[in-house]
Amino acid sequence: MTEVRRGPGQVGASPTGAGKGGRGERRMVEPDRPRSYYGRSVIKEPVWSWEIPTYFFVGGLSGGSAVLALLADVSGRPEVARRAWPVSLASAAVSPALLISDLGRPERFYNMLRVAKATSPMSTGTWILTGLSGSNVVATANSLFGWFPRLGPFSKLSAALLGPLLSTYTAVLIADTAVPVWHEARRELPFVFAASSAASAGAAAALLSPRSQAGLGRRLAILGAAGETAASRLMERRLGTLAAPYRTGTAGRLSKLATGMTIAGAGILAVAGRRRPAGRVGGSLLVLAGAATERWSIFKAGFQSARDPQQTVGPQRERLANS
Amino acid sequence: MQLTLHRSAAPYPPERQRPRVGFFTDTSICIGCKACEVACKEWNNVPADDCGFSGDSYDNTLALGADTWRHVAFIEQRRPLGLREEPGTSLVQEAAAGQLGADGELPVHEDAGFRWLMSSDVCKHCTEAACLEVCPTGSLFRTEFGTVVVQEDVCNGCGYCIPACPFGVIDQRKDDGRAWKCTLCYDRLRDDMEPACAQACPTKSIQFGELEELRARAERRVEQLRGAGEPGAQLYGADPQNGVGGTGAFFLLLDEPETYGLPPDPVDTTRDLTEIWQTAALAGAMLVAGSVLALIGSRR
Repeated sequence: MTEVRRGPGQVGASPTGAGKGGRGERRMVEPDRPRSYYGRSVIKEPVWSWEIPTYFFVGGLSGGSAVLALLADVSGRPEVARRAWPVSLASAAVSPALLISDLGRPERFYNMLRVAKATSPMSTGTWILTGLSGSNVVATANSLFGWFPRLGPFSKLSAALLGPLLSTYTAVLIADTAVPVWHEARRELPFVFAASSAASAGAAAALLSPRSQAGLGRRLAILGAAGETAASRLMERRLGTLAAPYRTGTAGRLSKLATGMTIAGAGILAVAGRRRPAGRVGGSLLVLAGAATERWSIFKAGFQSARDPQQTVGPQRERLANS
Repeated sequence: MQLTLHRSAAPYPPERQRPRVGFFTDTSICIGCKACEVACKEWNNVPADDCGFSGDSYDNTLALGADTWRHVAFIEQRRPLGLREEPGTSLVQEAAAGQLGADGELPVHEDAGFRWLMSSDVCKHCTEAACLEVCPTGSLFRTEFGTVVVQEDVCNGCGYCIPACPFGVIDQRKDDGRAWKCTLCYDRLRDDMEPACAQACPTKSIQFGELEELRARAERRVEQLRGAGEPGAQLYGADPQNGVGGTGAFFLLLDEPETYGLPPDPVDTTRDLTEIWQTAALAGAMLVAGSVLALIGSRR
């Protein structure tokens, strides 16, 4: 028997076997050799459901809003702060409900709180969320009712410092998996999540603040939307062939929708957001919807990527060939 | 203290630490009897899985999962016949072209054109186990035998271990919510018994023992097979330098890993976790910077 080594290029080329009816090329031995086991996936698809991408969005909104709220406080925009703090608190408050509801054994959620484990982004995230929620209760009470006059400023600072972590740790969490479209995007995913959080927080503030103080939120929404679009484009470009899930199926459709809504929303905010209330409201809602859809797209892409054995095998073969 | 978000093994006090054990699955002598699958189910009381007719050779189990801790893969392969093989030609056409022997017989044996690959897959019990690293409750732990086991009374079904495993081994039991996988018969090990699958294997394709000894044995076996004209014979998972620091359950394969549904270069992604957190910290800083930028120049 002649041993034939396959190049990495062949692996990604055809899921069922290269060389069938090879246009004039000399046919090598073992033409029907499978590149996968009956086309089955190598790794398992995640078992997470709708709560998780919802949480990605809501958690991002909470984290971004905490940063925005502190800045509004220190820059003398009380009307913005009085809205951004409750937004941050409310979205942090629904987060545990979403996360617990997704557990296979919801009644055992407290087992997360029995350990702090640095090698598990989910454990780290649990503590970030716990810390931010706690700080936020005090921060919001202080902002709305003037309670906790001494503890208030510390809580606000603590919430604003944990905010960026809450916005980005979810990217760390999915990047630390064997799912190719997530793991291979580990250098870009945190930026997509951070920018998307900024856009959400800005849009929520622009939506809720009185016209006189809506400028900060509006500008942040436009800036975040631009960053989100740029970061996700960069992610898809660097993923190369691995970006296929963002072009096909559910994730592909959601990705297009997210980009469309984000760009349209930012455009409306930029052109009509300052003068016309309808433009501000419509643009803000579109940016918010775009950010939520972006997380859904990334979430769904992971399932499509895990399902495809070539997504797993292709880059690994390439790595072996280059080592 | 080491400033890294990645660790290979939890140390036990010397009096509790036992030699690391594992499986050497020599697929060259697997006969596909599935006794391992049955023994595992029986001993561990694993629920029946959805057993239909797949049409994929003799494999109706299809993959490892929450209710399948041993899985026998069946691969049917054509091997070169040594005849002229052009696209579109068949044995009949070759016979018509006068390639049959003078006595009308094929110059090669029929079975020389075909081979079975059979392989009993199992949890790899990685030296650097991503499932264990990412588990947020500490339910997954490393035993004194160096194996990786789920404590089912702790698992809350968060599901993080499932996409973390580079081999697609662990999965959620739907009606139960928790994650399940091979325990390498932890209960039997503690009573100095070998795992059920290894004991049931009639050809010693599944060999249980101390990892060091198994690795040495496997090296000899692979040399023997290569010498006997099986150049595709290769060890899978045995190398401590691989992306998971070597596996506790490793294999002798006769073809490339992906043919058996195994990843050719699996990596414990927790190796990249420090770098990923650094990226996240930078991204978080940019979120703050962006917010400050939005503040500057915006009117009250």
